[in-house]
Amino acid sequence: MAKLPPPEELVKINYSTPVKGWMDVPNEFRPGTFSYPGKPDILKYLGFPNPREWSPVDPDWKLPPDWREIIMKGFRERLDKYRSFKVFMDICVRCGACADKCHFYIGSGDPKNMPVLRAELLRSVYRGEFTVAGKILSKMAGARKLEEDVVKEWFMYFYQCTECRRCSLFCPYGIDTAEITMMARELLSLVGCNINWILEPAANCNRTGNHLGIQPHAYKDMMDFLCEDIETITGIHIEPPVNKKGAEILFITPSGDIFADPGIYTYMGYIMLFHELGLDYTWSTYASEGGNFGLFTSDVMMKKLNGKMYAEAKRLGVKWILGGECGHMWRVINQYMDTMNGPADFLETPVSPITGTRFDAAAGTKMLHIAEFTADLIKHGKLKLDPSRNANLRTTFHDSCNPARGMGLFEEPRYVLKNVCENFVDMPEETIREQTFCCGGGAGLNNEEFMEMRMRGGLPRGSAVKYVQEKNQVNTLVTICAIDRATLPPLCDYWAPGVQVAGLHELVANALVMEGEQERTMDMRQEPLPGFEDAEEEE
Amino acid sequence: MAAFYSFMAVLALVFIAAIGAGSVGMYTVFGVAVPYIALLIFLAGFIYRIVYWAKSPVPFSIATTGGQQKSLPWIKNSPWDNPYNVSGTVIRMILEVVTFRSLFRNTKIDLRTDSVKVVYGSAKFLWLFALIFHMAFFTILIRHMRLFLEPVPGCIKMIEFLDSILQIGIPTLYQTDLLILVGLAFLLLRRIVDAKVNYISLAQDYFPLFLLLGIAISGIYMRYFIKADVISIKELTMGLLSFKPKLPEKPLETTFFVHLFLVSCLFAYFPFSKLMHLAGVFLSPTRNLPNNTRRQHYTNPWNDPAIKPHSYAAYEDDFREKMIEAGLPVEKEA
Repeated sequence: MAKLPPPEELVKINYSTPVKGWMDVPNEFRPGTFSYPGKPDILKYLGFPNPREWSPVDPDWKLPPDWREIIMKGFRERLDKYRSFKVFMDICVRCGACADKCHFYIGSGDPKNMPVLRAELLRSVYRGEFTVAGKILSKMAGARKLEEDVVKEWFMYFYQCTECRRCSLFCPYGIDTAEITMMARELLSLVGCNINWILEPAANCNRTGNHLGIQPHAYKDMMDFLCEDIETITGIHIEPPVNKKGAEILFITPSGDIFADPGIYTYMGYIMLFHELGLDYTWSTYASEGGNFGLFTSDVMMKKLNGKMYAEAKRLGVKWILGGECGHMWRVINQYMDTMNGPADFLETPVSPITGTRFDAAAGTKMLHIAEFTADLIKHGKLKLDPSRNANLRTTFHDSCNPARGMGLFEEPRYVLKNVCENFVDMPEETIREQTFCCGGGAGLNNEEFMEMRMRGGLPRGSAVKYVQEKNQVNTLVTICAIDRATLPPLCDYWAPGVQVAGLHELVANALVMEGEQERTMDMRQEPLPGFEDAEEEE
Repeated sequence: MAAFYSFMAVLALVFIAAIGAGSVGMYTVFGVAVPYIALLIFLAGFIYRIVYWAKSPVPFSIATTGGQQKSLPWIKNSPWDNPYNVSGTVIRMILEVVTFRSLFRNTKIDLRTDSVKVVYGSAKFLWLFALIFHMAFFTILIRHMRLFLEPVPGCIKMIEFLDSILQIGIPTLYQTDLLILVGLAFLLLRRIVDAKVNYISLAQDYFPLFLLLGIAISGIYMRYFIKADVISIKELTMGLLSFKPKLPEKPLETTFFVHLFLVSCLFAYFPFSKLMHLAGVFLSPTRNLPNNTRRQHYTNPWNDPAIKPHSYAAYEDDFREKMIEAGLPVEKEA
């Protein structure tokens, strides 16, 4: 693992442009700026081409002998399948409005991280191989042939894009780099250039139902363990229903939250909330993953993994599905799920059994976001909340890229947050809502070996957190994404030390007054609640 | 270098027309043949490009949402930035095409290394000058319709009147003639001066700017300096339009042929260039689709029903004993 330079070193970013044109600047695979390649056994399990041991720093990437034909054929096929791809290859005017919108460009100063140049990496080959003018004028017209170095460059920069779509918001034609990155990653995958951090979770998810490869009995164990903690905190013993047939609602959330701090507190929050409501629901071990690393692999893998949600809903005979806090999971649910695996005619439009609210926004997919569900409960006064239990927290809210720019879920989580915690302040407007910045580790790049680039990409978010930390004494960054809960703690430690990261339903659980609970003296993290700090010390 | 070559290319086009029509006197070639060919290339190329795009489906509805979704009735949604229906999407598209709404969002970052802060400034100049250029170009295009219509419709006269409302000089100055130069000059200078934009610029980014500048300057020169004979020009244009092309008796000025040749080049070049953003913006799936795919079904024509998830049965077969041991319900007993 590469050594991470301190923030004051990393922030010395050189935005000046190289003397050489970008096509003549060679790739440099420096530790900390690339992810490790997919392991051969994982590729074999998934049936992906060209499984082998290799490293991006090797001169020979062991591409298949006909790699050029494979990629060109794949390129042509994708142009025929996606109008977006064709249009985005043709209409960019290189106005540069997107340039400083990318967190990786802001944090690295590398011009190939400007969204426009990232796309040009692909566009140049499109021109050089598919257009007459490009073939004649070549470099003058920004065209080039597909060479092995181009493939290496693609691997470098399309795995330095988190598909956050911030650039697409500012583009006058809506050119979406996420779309281009998806195409490029599929092309790379055709010749066996993948990253392990994406493929292994995808493989795990296929077999065990979740990214982490947690098998059903272990999942149940972990859940029991969290329930013990809930009992310690609240005095209430809960046995959450798992794989229960005939329940009204199936609940699906990312597996990251059952596994690691601080996600587990949000996970416990769900269990407590559903228990308090007396909800007729069930967890599933077969569909124990909300996230979908297929989104970062290929449309086929995305569809295959997503298909489990409806398959399980059908098997269990539920009426509708409730989805937990997650980022890219909600891009898939909102923009892909029904198209890929719907229509889900066997389900019903979600209706809250507590308030009777019919959620027409989810009438197609039959899948509701937990923030919508909880906001509706609070609006109808169905939850007894004691926000003073969160009085020690001064919070701000990180909009995750996908629910922001692939859905538009802004007010629901803020409404919930303001009702469970009185101290809330937003970060500067250029860094939140539709303009929100990535955590630096989205789209499958939240691995350890990529840490330097993650911290670079995390600079705009870190800077905004630091701003409210200094100005408003914010000490807690709340988010509704499991990947954020994994990526933001190191980001905050690095750019804004002293700020902790929490899930929305962790704070809901803190504030939730439950029937039959013991006097609460500690929060979900088993740290003393405000007013009980001394009691802790006396013990 | 790309800028220089583009400039030289446009200069070469000017000389071709100046020598071909002005010195050699190939009036029929430059006054009749070239415009017809250019128009044909434009129409065929434009249609070809649209058909080429339209042949590929839009498999997924991937709107970039720029505001609050419509969900709970008591939460105010952004109907234009995050449209959930057709009318909202149409308004979003109109605002995008007419007012360049996305470009209006533009910001500029500044990194303060000492305090480790990224700060955001307003950056509306690109939006402003791009809008000035496009609006001026569009108005000038409409004004030119007077050369193809007899009698000249009132709406065109009205536009001419408004465009010259400041009543400066004789012939009266059209404001758009100045504005188009201002717009083009800004876009060109920005490309040359701004290091980032310069770095990403290709020959095909400079070429249309120089070409348009050539067209604007030759047009301005004709109207205000040599005061070209508009009546003779209209004789030619009406002839072209009625497919009975006839060169006017009085020979036309060389500048006119330069102007006409550059315009012909623009038309012929258009469908094969980034200028097709004119049509492409209407086909951009992140803008022209509503964010309603959780509400209603959207069909992907190549969706493959054969792609199935790893089945529950296979999952249970894999883990049955462990599931039973953990007290989890199973479909089939071991």
